Amino acid sequence: MSLDWLGPGRVPVTLNVNGREVEVTIEPRRTLLSVLREELGLTGTKEGCDEGNCGACTVLVDGRTVYACLVLAVDCSGRCVRTVEGLRRAENLHPVQEAFVDQDAFQCGFCTSGQIVSAVSLLEQNPKPHRGDIERAMAGNLCRCGAYPNIVAAVLEAARLEEAPDAKD
Amino acid sequence: MLPSFELLMPETLPEALEMLAGYAPDAMPLAGGTNLVPDLRGGKRRPGVLVNVHGLDALQYIGRQDRYVVMGAGVSLADVLESELIGAHGRVLQEAARVFANPLIRNRATVGGNLGNASPAADTVPPLLVLDAELKLASAGESRWVGLEDFFVDVCDTICRHVELITAVRWLVPPPRTFSRFRKLTLRKSTAISVVSVAVRVTLGESGRCVDAAVALGAVAPTPIRVHEAEEVLRGEALTPEVIDRATRFACTAASCIGDVRSSAAYRERVTDVLTRRLLAEAQEWSEEQWERS
Ligand SMILES: Cc1cc2nc3c(=O)[nH]c(=O)nc-3n(C[C@H](O)[C@H](O)[C@H](O)COP(=O)(O)OP(=O)(O)OC[C@H]3O[C@@H](n4cnc5c(N)ncnc54)[C@H](O)[C@@H]3O)c2cc1C
Ligand code: FES
Ligand code: FES
Repeated sequence: MSLDWLGPGRVPVTLNVNGREVEVTIEPRRTLLSVLREELGLTGTKEGCDEGNCGACTVLVDGRTVYACLVLAVDCSGRCVRTVEGLRRAENLHPVQEAFVDQDAFQCGFCTSGQIVSAVSLLEQNPKPHRGDIERAMAGNLCRCGAYPNIVAAVLEAARLEEAPDAKD
Repeated sequence: MLPSFELLMPETLPEALEMLAGYAPDAMPLAGGTNLVPDLRGGKRRPGVLVNVHGLDALQYIGRQDRYVVMGAGVSLADVLESELIGAHGRVLQEAARVFANPLIRNRATVGGNLGNASPAADTVPPLLVLDAELKLASAGESRWVGLEDFFVDVCDTICRHVELITAVRWLVPPPRTFSRFRKLTLRKSTAISVVSVAVRVTLGESGRCVDAAVALGAVAPTPIRVHEAEEVLRGEALTPEVIDRATRFACTAASCIGDVRSSAAYRERVTDVLTRRLLAEAQEWSEEQWERS
């Protein structure tokens, strides 16, 4: 079906999520966040505010971080979506995920997947960030538990791990 | 869940304009969605039809055309921040992009959406006002350039008709020896709407005096405003403390501040004074450096 006229009823849409093509049948009003969680079962991406204010829903679309609660799922057809579930490297956690565990960079954990996706994106653009770079790059990810110092420490550690994978002690 | 709507997915700009024409006044353009999606969810806007202009190639360029810097309305704030051309010839706009929301919003939010949404606190507007920017408004088969100062009518109201789309923004490459800067006061460092924003442009002549100046304010009136009285004061003068003081007082007079969730009216007035004065003082310091260098 051509994509030039959609809804308001359900329409078939093909999405590329974590490198896999998936077909969903959804109303155009569905956000990427609701489709990830409710249609695809990818509940790592969290719903905090559902209005672009907290960052719990952070995902990558074509390599750029976005709030999945502000994006319509159909607008992501033909683009590459990456969620926290897609970060793992083979059987291992992503170095940013490992560093979050090592540095105890969460308390309740609700913001964590969003934090991790933002941190991965930062390190892909800037492999050796300074503290200030991290604070600026992750400013759209709030942590109500106030785990910020440990989050920054985790991103610094992940950068070190990526540079010298054996440096972990 | 968002309320129901039909979503049109044009592949080209002419198609988008045909669709807007076909469904006006019930159709609205959807760009990055950073204003519109929350507005739909909250019931502030209830269009039956959305025309998705996000990602249209024709709205996606930043370039130089003759004496102008021109950019498509679909350019994101992240693109503005990364553009060397804008850094060179529109520093004031790039400064606004740097303090705009946060990286996540900047990746989606477009310049066209910031202008089309017409918030009094829209951060691209004071910079574009001091650059004397013009907007291209296009409808099926027609287009016109309008001065940005004539674009805004009231809070969230512009001269853009239902069948029209902002397709481009342009401004003349500023002359050499031009200073242009933006400051905003917010209640926290990022992801924050301006309590007050100020943009200043000053161009120096051979004598070191100011030959041209522009001052614009955001969040202090129903629309962002230019303060022509302050500009008159600056033009032809050296930036002495007295001149800066007189210009600043005109800026404060032009502001018609209200109190809201972010600030009382009195605090806004005070901040308008402080930010305008600071930017003009910075311009003065910069003009001295220019003078010493020449
Ligand atoms: C957390 C958060 C922080 C924010 N921080 C800031 C900030 O610091 N500074 C600031 O200024 N704003 C801020 N905003 C507001 C918003 O991000 C900006 O106004 C943004 O530029 C809107 O662009 P958009 O592409 O997302 O527009 P959309 O939401 O898609 O559209 C906004 C409006 O403009 C219309 N429109 C879109 N494109 C066009 C076009 N080409 N021609 C005509 N009309 C058009 C739409 O129909 C709609 O009415 C923030 C928003 C959020 C959620
Ligand atoms: S759930 Fe998307 S930003 Fe809060
Ligand atoms: S760990 Fe609880 S919100 Fe961040």
